[in-house]
Amino acid sequence: MTYTYIGKDRRRIEDPRLLVGRGGYIADLRLPGMLHAAILRSPVPHAWIRSIDATEALKLPGVVAVFTGEDCKEKINPCMSFGPATITQYPMAVDKVRYVGEAVAAVVAESRYLAEDGVDLLEVDYEELPPVTDPMAAMEPDCVLLHEEHGSNIGYERTFEFGDVNAAFAGADLIVEDTLRWGRSAGMPMETTGAVAQPGFNGVLEIYCNSLNFSYFVFLIAATLRIPSNKLTLKPVPAGGSFGSKLAAHKVPALAGFLALQVGRPVSYIEDRIDHLMNSDHHGCDRTYEARMGFRADGTIVGLDIDVVDDYGAYMQFGVGHHGNAFSQVVGPYRFRDVKYRLRAVVTNKCQQGAYRGFGSEVHNWVLERLVDQGATRLGLAPEEIRRRNFIQPDQFPYKIPGGNLYDSGDYPAVLDKALSMIDLDSWRAEKKRLREEEGRHIGIGLATTQERSVFSATEFWFLVEKPAFPLTSSPESATVTIDPTGQFQLLLHCQSMWGNSPETVGATVLAEEFGIPPESVNVRYADSAHALPGTGPGGSRYTAMVAGAIRGASRKLQKKLLHIAAHRLELAPEDLELVDARVQVRGAPETGLTIAELAGTAYFFALSLPEGMTSGLEESYTYDHPYTTPPAPDGSDLGVFYPIMGHACHIAVLEVDPDTGMPSFLDYVAVHDAGTIVNPRSLGGHVTGGATQGIGTTLYEELAYDEDGQFQSLTFRDYLIPTASEAPVFRIGHVQTPSPFTEYGIKGGGEGGRMVAPAAVSAAIDDALREYGMRVRRLPVKPATIVATVQAGRAAEG
Amino acid sequence: MTTSTAAKYGTARRAVTVRVNGRHVTREVSTRTTLADFLRDELDLVSVHVGCEHGECGCCTVLFDGLSVRSCLMLAVQADGHAVETVESLSANPAELHPIQEAFAEEQGLQCGFCTPAMLLRTKEIIDAGREMTDAEVRHEISGILCRCTGYQNIVNAVQSAGAKLRGPTAGGRD
Ligand code: FES
Ligand code: FES
Repeated sequence: MTYTYIGKDRRRIEDPRLLVGRGGYIADLRLPGMLHAAILRSPVPHAWIRSIDATEALKLPGVVAVFTGEDCKEKINPCMSFGPATITQYPMAVDKVRYVGEAVAAVVAESRYLAEDGVDLLEVDYEELPPVTDPMAAMEPDCVLLHEEHGSNIGYERTFEFGDVNAAFAGADLIVEDTLRWGRSAGMPMETTGAVAQPGFNGVLEIYCNSLNFSYFVFLIAATLRIPSNKLTLKPVPAGGSFGSKLAAHKVPALAGFLALQVGRPVSYIEDRIDHLMNSDHHGCDRTYEARMGFRADGTIVGLDIDVVDDYGAYMQFGVGHHGNAFSQVVGPYRFRDVKYRLRAVVTNKCQQGAYRGFGSEVHNWVLERLVDQGATRLGLAPEEIRRRNFIQPDQFPYKIPGGNLYDSGDYPAVLDKALSMIDLDSWRAEKKRLREEEGRHIGIGLATTQERSVFSATEFWFLVEKPAFPLTSSPESATVTIDPTGQFQLLLHCQSMWGNSPETVGATVLAEEFGIPPESVNVRYADSAHALPGTGPGGSRYTAMVAGAIRGASRKLQKKLLHIAAHRLELAPEDLELVDARVQVRGAPETGLTIAELAGTAYFFALSLPEGMTSGLEESYTYDHPYTTPPAPDGSDLGVFYPIMGHACHIAVLEVDPDTGMPSFLDYVAVHDAGTIVNPRSLGGHVTGGATQGIGTTLYEELAYDEDGQFQSLTFRDYLIPTASEAPVFRIGHVQTPSPFTEYGIKGGGEGGRMVAPAAVSAAIDDALREYGMRVRRLPVKPATIVATVQAGRAAEG
Repeated sequence: MTTSTAAKYGTARRAVTVRVNGRHVTREVSTRTTLADFLRDELDLVSVHVGCEHGECGCCTVLFDGLSVRSCLMLAVQADGHAVETVESLSANPAELHPIQEAFAEEQGLQCGFCTPAMLLRTKEIIDAGREMTDAEVRHEISGILCRCTGYQNIVNAVQSAGAKLRGPTAGGRD
């Protein structure tokens, strides 16, 4: 299928305003009479709060008020949560602090400077409790509890088995096993999360925030604030990056709203970087796996056995949705049918987990690929060969995987072949050998694949839980298309979605395709929650596919209306007409027709020229529901279809490791992605390079670290190391397009794959470079010190 | 807390005159106001983005007498008598972009736009230095500014394409 606008490299509609520094970010917003809040954060990981003394702070000129968790407990309800009902939290700690960085008190003042002065003057008396930092120790029966009401530090535990792993392993020729450790990193956008709340007209509280999904969860914030949901309006503000960290970032708008309601004036609360690092509510996964995979001698995978302990930190706002994501692609692109998955989600004195690009599925993919690589090495197979032998074949789709999810479509051999065609592996392998022998250099080649699940269904928020409290099934997206009286197009999006993806360009491109108008001519706006139709917002690589469905739905309604107006004016039947290049014309006689502008004039100003019963105007909305989802079985034997729009990627990394410093440097990097039909290849390419660079950060540099006493070690960007331009490789990007049979235009999501596969490819490359020393990457991030120690131990063993 | 409060949090004020984007402005500021906050709050130049306030992300980069500085690490009073340029000095009009901004649009050297003003100003500084650079050199030169979105590749391409355009056609330079 070829399109006029879809699939072409296109400049982004969003860019001109960003290039002149007018992005309209939350920190740029100023309201008359606006006050500023700063937060006192806990310096201790686990303690009862005995008292908070605000006397001195309140004496400081410019300080307006101080609020604590006690005020929250009295005046508002706990925060929204998809976790156990016995693990509750408020925007500020009530009675007890549970991690370093948890909010203890808020100072509201005339300026941020004065608010921070006020924070300095607060005195808190803590009664310290033993910190719980090791998730294994946290599970011991005599361990001190974080949440007394919950009665255990295990937030959630369950074992899932699909097929029969023991039987499968009994027939295996080789079983590999490993202990694999994935460290904490986070989306860490350059802009932090923030909100400005103002008591507005008619008792409505307005909250401007750069958190996303606002129309989906507005009623939950209203419930926290104890106000009717029709008295709360969330106003969308563009985000300076998210990568998951602003997904339903509910505490920041709830806190700003609470403060504004208390003082009766607009209040701005913007996290600073330290707030964000220690308390973003969106630390990434922190897991330890005992994992086993069985193989037959020819490399065929027979089964997977996983026992994972996930260190969730102090609260569980999204339940264990991270593992639902893993289940969406639990077998990767491979054909094996037997899977066992034991999950223990543990609470400890650390910041809680949230979302980070991959949202749990990236960790699962790394584990899967680590095991496949180990199998390949032990069986003497090349990494591309063992994968090829196990791929689900193009004629097997749609393919139902163990657990119940469905893969809509794919061509994994084609993606692998495309990647292999872009790099000469044979000559790299020869060069690697030559450089080792002649120059003593250590080159490594890593190849990995990933599934990239996209377009989630809301069932995955709860299907892992035995008795879900709120088993919702909707995850729609909406669009409103207006043609104004002069024939110009307005597109209204019903969720905040400016995360660094390009919703305006995507939306305008799809609308242009529908009507044959230039994409640049479309004006795009965002609805606030008071006007918003159902929308779930971006997340889980769903937005492009979903909004395209909504825009197409609205367009079809408008096209029908245009055809009927034209038919009436031309005294023909609508079936005799067609819409071509912004003009309704007679089939077979294209010289007779009416432009959209002419029809729009009629629609707005000449009611007597409209067909009988038609009303004036040209505006249509459409709400597009998830294109393919099925309910989970009540007994958990089948999780249903919940993430069926399945992309795929293959990365090949070539790097050199300096064995004496542990420094890796990239020599080549090929990334091939299949995201179905591509709307804007250059944008998708940017997601691949950006995502893969984040994956490299997770693999080599980034760590949100706590010491054993629970003190947070990553307080600045000097400690939390984001890759700079000097660390990021030069990527060579290829695309394969296998359209989805379920979505409009065949679009699949493409936002997360880069980060989901890079850790596996880079880990494999490091192993390959240093295999002679027994190097096996088993813990991320793999720091230079680990590499050097492994090399030295290997050399010592050689004698 | 004792009487030291006033000393510690004292708000001594001082007049500063700064040439900002070619125009002299005089304001009375608190001595502890950072240059970044002065530009953002006093002059409404919200293109100066504050990403860390501890000198590591580079998003607050402005040109100070033509050289890039992190405006979160300077005080407004230090700018007295100096010249500061923000991205508005290239173009503040989305419909009439400067060639450097144009190159970033064409190469898609941005996603969320938060690092972008800093990257544009640093690009200007690099190009003004007049020397052609390899891609690796460009990467080194921009490595003081973090971008979380792009993976830098399109930014490097944009810097090179803007440089080629502004310096005129010459041979080589890319690696
Ligand atoms: S805000 Fe100045 S360097 Fe980050
Ligand atoms: S474009 Fe988002 S940080 Fe660079």
